[in-house]
Amino acid sequence: MKSKLEKLKGICVGIAGCGGLGSNCAMALARAGIGTLVIADFDVVTLENLNRQYYFREQVGQKKVLALKENIRKVNPDIDVQTHDVLLGPDEVVDIFKNCQVIVEAFDRADMKLMIIETVTERFPDKFIIAGSGLAGYGENNALRTRRLGNLFICGDETSEVSEEMPPLAPRVGVVACLQANQVLEIVLDDLAPADGDDVWDE
Amino acid sequence: MKINLNNKEVSMAGESFSVRELLGLMHFTFPMIVIKINGRLVKKEDYERVFIGDGDNVEAIHLISGG
Repeated sequence: MKSKLEKLKGICVGIAGCGGLGSNCAMALARAGIGTLVIADFDVVTLENLNRQYYFREQVGQKKVLALKENIRKVNPDIDVQTHDVLLGPDEVVDIFKNCQVIVEAFDRADMKLMIIETVTERFPDKFIIAGSGLAGYGENNALRTRRLGNLFICGDETSEVSEEMPPLAPRVGVVACLQANQVLEIVLDDLAPADGDDVWDE
Repeated sequence: MKINLNNKEVSMAGESFSVRELLGLMHFTFPMIVIKINGRLVKKEDYERVFIGDGDNVEAIHLISGG
């Protein structure tokens, strides 16, 4: 297993969004030994983020990509962390993540989740994308799971929507982020083959 | 016609439906959905012009905000 894990040093993973999913997923991958992390987000750390996102009090006000890079490198200074302070659209997704073997979708908004799933499926038919869907509230441990559709993996309960009554909280967000990180390791370490003919409908 | 929807066989009256019609019939009400037909992703802009017929394998997953 130890020699198998050596392989992770040569792997590049893209993380789209550095909020609750992205920050926790990135830290898990960093601790596991992924060699290169490409992280993208346009936002800054706020006090409200600290109930679930992997940042600290003194980082409030900092750009998330820079704060996350700092935290990753405190764990492992050898990791190559490439930061992109940008609001991602289809063109940026293609440009920024083209050298990544696996891409983790870690956006907040559902329309952004769909955007990156469509973009990666259409432009990178051989790349895996791992998305999160449904993580609000607390409890319901066993509703959190992973489903595979070709080159797309979806982690979460697929139902719980964030609202005033159902805020995102550290435990469930962290579980889904780690389901995503765990899926990255399985894809990479077990050499999962991309699905055949998994692209978009165009006729 | 019969289709396979999320690994369950579903019988429907009619020969074919657009993706948009199917989503309505199946009460997929969230605005953002990943839909794959026989493994191929249908982009949201194509829901009216892509049709589902007998024997098709349809996978549909809600995308929920939160991250």
